[in-house]
Amino acid sequence: MDGQAILARLRERAGNGVLETHDFRGDSTAVVTRESILDLLTFCRDDAALEFDLLVDITAVDNLKFPGREDGPRFEVVYHLYSTVQNHRVRLKVRVEEDDAHVPTASVLWPIANWLEREVWDMFGVRFDGHPDLRRLLLYEEFIGHPLRKDYPIERRQPLIGPKV
Amino acid sequence: MGVGAFFTGKLDEAIGWARKFSIFQYPFVTACCGMEYMATACSHYDVDRFGAGLPRFSPRQADVLFVVGTISHKMAPVLKRVYDQMCEPKWVVAFGVCTCTGGFYNNYATVQGIDTVIPVDVYIPGCPPRPESVIDGLMKLQDKIAAGAQRF
Repeated sequence: MDGQAILARLRERAGNGVLETHDFRGDSTAVVTRESILDLLTFCRDDAALEFDLLVDITAVDNLKFPGREDGPRFEVVYHLYSTVQNHRVRLKVRVEEDDAHVPTASVLWPIANWLEREVWDMFGVRFDGHPDLRRLLLYEEFIGHPLRKDYPIERRQPLIGPKV
Repeated sequence: MGVGAFFTGKLDEAIGWARKFSIFQYPFVTACCGMEYMATACSHYDVDRFGAGLPRFSPRQADVLFVVGTISHKMAPVLKRVYDQMCEPKWVVAFGVCTCTGGFYNNYATVQGIDTVIPVDVYIPGCPPRPESVIDGLMKLQDKIAAGAQRF
């Protein structure tokens, strides 16, 4: 399916759950609400026409200092999906506010989402509701803060950790 | 100077001379500097001329800890433990600018100089250091080993 058809199918499924879409040179993106993301991901995976069997990546964007978006929802959680059967891709985005930064987990749909979501939690501090084991993935337990947030000071030094006795 | 001090001094010199030509190094290689370390260790530059040709891959059998490459905060406890496992007498060489100061990795993940974790005897800056500067650092380390008071 081409990008327009995928986005049309998503709009058909979720209705008002899809806030906006754009499709630029094969890069098709749908911005969806937090309430509908889990349903849409399930639909993407299970629908016979879409067949997105591979979750390529989950990441996030901090729009704190993004020109024109300083006042909008601060974080965007981004899902990249790929269909190995039909060779098409789609990107889903969920916008969340800073003081309400949580989205439902996708680890029930794709096991790889477990680690991807732990990385997003580690770097951006976005929580994933229902995640079985939401610990830091790359950094260590003693680390304070989330370093890929735009307000994390680049000069901040974390306390050194010694060997575990 | 008494006769006893004379002999102790001569013994120190003899042991220092022996120790400086039997450097068993432990290469703690974490990053790209390892390539330059290998170039230095191979036949063209040949650190075996300085008695440092036999790397030991167990810290318990090594005299000199070569820290080659960027050390992250998560790696720092491992480095400390490796250092603690080495027997006295022991020396540490910081190889490359990342181990000396953190280099251009001025960020949340990188230790800003391994001397915040373990004591360092010789710093070899460079990104990566040329084999000539590594050999220069090694010779400085030899001088330091030979000149120091020998504990045994």
